[in-house]
This record gives sequence, C-alpha cells and structure tokens, in this order.
Amino acid sequence: MLARRNPQLNAHGELIHLLSIEGLPRAILTQILDTAGTFLSVNDRDVKKVPLLRGKSVFNLFFENSTRTRTTFEIAAKRLSADVINLDIAKSSASKGESLLDTIANLSAMHADMFVVRHSESGAPYLIARHCAPHVHVVNAGDGRHAHPTQGLLDMYTIRHYKKSFNALTVAIVGDIVHSRVARSDIHALTTLGVPEIRAVGPKTLVPGDLREMGVRVCHDMKEGVKDADVIIMLRLQNERMSGAMLPSAGEYFKSYGLTEEVLAHAKPDAIVMHPGPINRGVEIDSRVADGAHSVILPQVTFGIAVRMAVMSILAGNDA
Amino acid sequence: MTNLLLDAEALYGELKLGVLRLMTPDTVLVGIWSGGAWLAQRLNADLATGRPVGTISSTLHRDDFGERGLGGVEAATSLPFEIDGARILLVDDVIASGRTIRAVVNELFDYGRPASVELAVMVDRGGRELPVSAAFAAAKLTLPATQRLSLARGTDGRFTFAVKETT
Repeated sequence: MLARRNPQLNAHGELIHLLSIEGLPRAILTQILDTAGTFLSVNDRDVKKVPLLRGKSVFNLFFENSTRTRTTFEIAAKRLSADVINLDIAKSSASKGESLLDTIANLSAMHADMFVVRHSESGAPYLIARHCAPHVHVVNAGDGRHAHPTQGLLDMYTIRHYKKSFNALTVAIVGDIVHSRVARSDIHALTTLGVPEIRAVGPKTLVPGDLREMGVRVCHDMKEGVKDADVIIMLRLQNERMSGAMLPSAGEYFKSYGLTEEVLAHAKPDAIVMHPGPINRGVEIDSRVADGAHSVILPQVTFGIAVRMAVMSILAGNDA
Repeated sequence: MTNLLLDAEALYGELKLGVLRLMTPDTVLVGIWSGGAWLAQRLNADLATGRPVGTISSTLHRDDFGERGLGGVEAATSLPFEIDGARILLVDDVIASGRTIRAVVNELFDYGRPASVELAVMVDRGGRELPVSAAFAAAKLTLPATQRLSLARGTDGRFTFAVKETT
C-alpha cells in the first residue's frame, strides 16, 4: 500500500498548503526562509509591492479573533498585489449556524484562490484543505492547540538572522508550552533545522514531563532553564489559565518564571529574547527585558510579514 | 560539440567593445541574473568604470510565475546606487522572447525612475515575442525553440556556452 501523502505537498513534493511544520522536510523550511530574505528587501524599494499574486483573491478566515496576525497576513498579501477579503466569521455565518464546509463552498463560489484560516479547533485547516477546489491553497494561521506554522517560521527566520545557523544552539522556550500552538510549531521547526538542545521551561502544570517525547529537555527551574541559552522564546501567558487551578496568580508566576534582567544574566551574553506577542509586561516578561538590548520582539513582527509573503508566493506558484 | 560553435570568450571580447561604445561617463552596468550578472561584473572590472555594478532579477515580475513558481530564490536584486536619473546599461547573456527584459525593466522601475535604459547582450537568438531590442548584440543566430542556450562560468572565471535540448 502506498504511504498516505502529506496533504501539504503535491506529487512532486512541493508545498501546496501550509498546515503544520510537522512533517515538512528541511529543504522546504529553508526555501521559505531564503525566499523571505528576498521579500524583506522589498521594503527598501520606492514601490513596496511586487505583482506575484496580482489578480488573486486571498480570503482571511478568522473564526477566532486575532487582529495582529490577520493584519500581518493582510499586509503580506497586499505587498504581493493580491486582493484581500477579511471575513470576521466569529461574528457572521458560523453564528447563524452555517457549517464550516458550507462556508468554504460559498467562498469558493466567490473565486477564492487562497484561504488563510484561524480556528479554535485543531485540524480545521486540514478539513478545509481536503474539501476545497484543487487550485485553492490553505494557510493555517493558528488552529486550536495544534499549530501556528507561520509564527514558527518567522521565529526560525529571526533566529537565523541573528545566530546565522542552527546547529550549535541552545533554545529555551518558556511558559505555557502545553496549550501553545506556537511552542509546538517552534519545537518541530527547531528539530527539523537541527538545533541540538531545545528546552521547555515552566511549571509542571504547563510543562508536563511527557513533552520529552518531542525531543525537548524539560526544566521546571527558570534559571536552570535559561542557563547558557542562545535564544529565549517567551510565550504569552493566557489570562484564562490564571483563573483555573493551573496557576496561583500572575504575581506568583512572574516571581518563578518571569524573564527579568537578573534571570537573563544566566543566558549567553549575546542571547536574543523573542516573544510572539502581544506581551504581558510584568507577567511573563519584565519591561526592562522587553525593551532591552537583547529583545528582538519588534524585528520578529517585521520578519513575519516577509515570511508570510514567502509562504503565500511559494504556495501560489505550486499546483496541486 | 555545440560549445565549439560559440566561443564565449571571443564573444565576450566583442561584447566588451560594444559596451565600451555605449558607455557614457555616468553609465552604470546592471547585469541580469545569473549569466548577465557575471558578465556585468567582469565588464565593470575590465573597463575600470570605478562605479558600483548592479545585479537585477526578473523573478518577482515574471509573467510565467503561475507555471514556473518562484524558482531559485538566490536571484536577488541588488542596486547599490541611486536609480532616479541614472543612465543604466543592462547586460545579459542571451535575448530571445524579450520577456525577461520586460520583467527586469518593471523590477528596475520599482526602485526609481532612471534617465535611460539600454541593453547589451552576448547572443541575440531571435524569436522575439515583445517589442524589445538590444542596442548591441555580439552575435546573432537562429536556434530551434527546443534548444536552450545558457552561459556557464568556470572556476577560473572563463565563460563557455552550453546548448541543451529541452522537451
């Protein structure tokens, strides 16, 4: 029996949907990062727009709100000259009882060429990719706890930009790993790109021991977790985790796992500090670190647009 | 075998003379990636222009993106001088349909408004599909559409032409 093909790749092994970093070969990740480098220079031109997606319609389908991610996808698509249609589905058809696939069928009838999907249910972008027309491409902009591949890729772009290569790095991911699609995408990408030491740092309720199965070193002590790290990726602590039994309080959390200058001093002197945003000052990160010399949080945002341009243009150039 | 028919080093000598005639005191050379970029770099050194040399890629403006996809991403445009008001001499190894030139001119105008743009090539192989012509071509020949002509650069920097059959 033939092995079931990765739904993200066509028969030639080219990327046709971006659903998850898991299962993508290193060559494709590298192609995306290299292409993003080309697009970063578009910002230096008088005309900050290239015509690769001219005449194509990109639909941003946000079943879960995220102004920032939606905006960066919108800017990326517009810099590629696509027509962008933003659908705030959380407030429209889904609330009228229309099924996901009916929504997709209707939007396909409006001649969509690409869907950028954010959904609270893990796997929703896979379902859409399986049922949309062959010429339509799907980009996962975050599904449930599962994956956020463009965030993972922009994190990799940022790391490569500052550290040049992956093969001798120690990367610490700190915070709510268990609920984080960003952490999952980062771990898969770091592993594929050959990072030798990946640490997951946080309390036992948010960083369970079985994460070791993903090839990461689990640390429940913050200073030990960031010791000699080249890269520290802080995760946003979601407010809803605070109300349950998972955590005592924001103040308690900051005392144990907040990134302060004192904690950062345990990392390598040239360590970079990353965060997918929006940051909670005084909860997971101290302002002096967030605004300090090690922080690359704002460059991440700039790189994110180039990475999303790369993903969309690579997909648009490949046939199912 | 076919390499012998086109002596790339001899053609380079012709191209250098042609480019020299087209140059004004403020002309800047811009090579079209990849073959044209090699030529422009060597011309800029041999002619001792004392000015920076540019490289330009057609990738982001190609009209066959839908069929070919993005292709090589190493083809990045680098224009280390002011484009507004510049006299630009584009250099390429081969001109055929003229579509690469159309894409490259669009790319160039994304960076500014040059005073003038001219084109010098090593080989004009005919088959134009757009109203584009070169101000200088070191050789003109007709090749069957199935043959692809491309410049190669050896480790010693010397040029050769390769003809490949495409299907």
